[in-house]
Amino acid sequence: MCLAIPALIKLIEDKEAEAEIGGITRRISLWLTPEAKVGDYVLVHTGYAINILDEEEAKETLRLLLEIAELAEEQS
Amino acid sequence: MRFIQEFRSSELAKGLISRIHQKSKTQARFMEFCGGHTVTIFRYGIRQVLPKTLEMLSGPGCPVCVTANVDLDKAIALAQIPDVIITTFGDMLKVPGSHSSLQEVNASGADIRMVYSTMDALNLAEENPTKSVVFIGIGFETTAPIIAASILQAEERRIRNYYILSMHKLCPPVIRAILESGEVKLHGLICPGHVSAIIGSHPWEFIARDYGISCVISGFEPIDVLQCVDMLVAQIESGQSKVEIAYRRGVHPEGNQQALKLMKQVFEPCPAQWRGIGEVPDSSLKLKKEYQHFDAELAFDIDPGPTYEPVGCICGDILRGVKTPLDCSLFGKDCTPQYPIGPCMVSSEGSCSAYYLYGEGFEG
Ligand code: SF4
Repeated sequence: MCLAIPALIKLIEDKEAEAEIGGITRRISLWLTPEAKVGDYVLVHTGYAINILDEEEAKETLRLLLEIAELAEEQS
Repeated sequence: MRFIQEFRSSELAKGLISRIHQKSKTQARFMEFCGGHTVTIFRYGIRQVLPKTLEMLSGPGCPVCVTANVDLDKAIALAQIPDVIITTFGDMLKVPGSHSSLQEVNASGADIRMVYSTMDALNLAEENPTKSVVFIGIGFETTAPIIAASILQAEERRIRNYYILSMHKLCPPVIRAILESGEVKLHGLICPGHVSAIIGSHPWEFIARDYGISCVISGFEPIDVLQCVDMLVAQIESGQSKVEIAYRRGVHPEGNQQALKLMKQVFEPCPAQWRGIGEVPDSSLKLKKEYQHFDAELAFDIDPGPTYEPVGCICGDILRGVKTPLDCSLFGKDCTPQYPIGPCMVSSEGSCSAYYLYGEGFEG
């Protein structure tokens, strides 16, 4: 029910946007994320962007997890 | 970066699993609050790869499942009023109420439309000025600001025939109610990622502070959940209980301020009935006075009749974490996703449906 999926904003018109979700273009609402820009990834829940995804944080998380994986590999 | 595939990597999963096995020494019980997490955990077989020290439990985080029959019956009664079009998210259709389901009354002539978004419901209202379009507002803090936005949009577009039946539920109050009851002993809580995208991390702090339970906010990919479990184990082994965010790409500690603002503008807290849990204070949202003309309960004369619960169904106990679907004598026999008896089997995020679809139910 609280499912939200990443979507890439392609075009913004007022409080709505065209966004690409898994290869499909959909109209979404930006009422909850008025600061979203073209090129941002947002989390879309029932047609509304509920947050802007933070690419830097995602990279940092993946870097950390890769370190864990490498360490585990060495130890085994 | 696509934000999905990267978080399904088996290489990263292996690393996390072996670290969890190394670190976890203390017996601990974790609950995933959210039905979305239940699905990830079952779909990717996460329970099976965790060490024996960790016990996983599913919580009440499925809005369809926790909707009490009294509320469900109201929606079904509303659907039977002439010139009313009911709009709702798909999962609600098959849930059996006391006397019928939305799907059944639809088959006998009620106008019920499954919509993807409130935007569709608003358009429908605009296109059908002689009808009343009622949106069944179920969901947690993830959905409530969207319903709030739809009301403000209706005002802006001067749509006068759009109403909502507000059955929203708030997550932190129900966790408090469950912990207060003392029925389940938890050491860690996997906090819902998209509820937290809206409310942030602070509303969970009382759980760590008052109950000594470790809390980590998780995303919904398998790597997210494993990372969350790894962080919970780290807290347990170092004797800490605090709130941490594993899902940092999607959740800020402060939440989404704009969403919270809209929610506060339109709604105010009120008590709610939860299936299996009973009345929980300040765990729902009702429309504020200024917006009451959108309230379907005030606009229509609804007569839902007396409430009955499905005989033999133990969804309520499952939602509180005191029983599992395997304890239900109807599971997999009289009750299946095709012929569901209770909401935990209807909803794609319900525990019974997850147990049934992903096989765990047939092992033990
Ligand atoms: S298996 Fe069916 S009847 Fe039993 S608790 Fe689950 S939903 Fe209810």
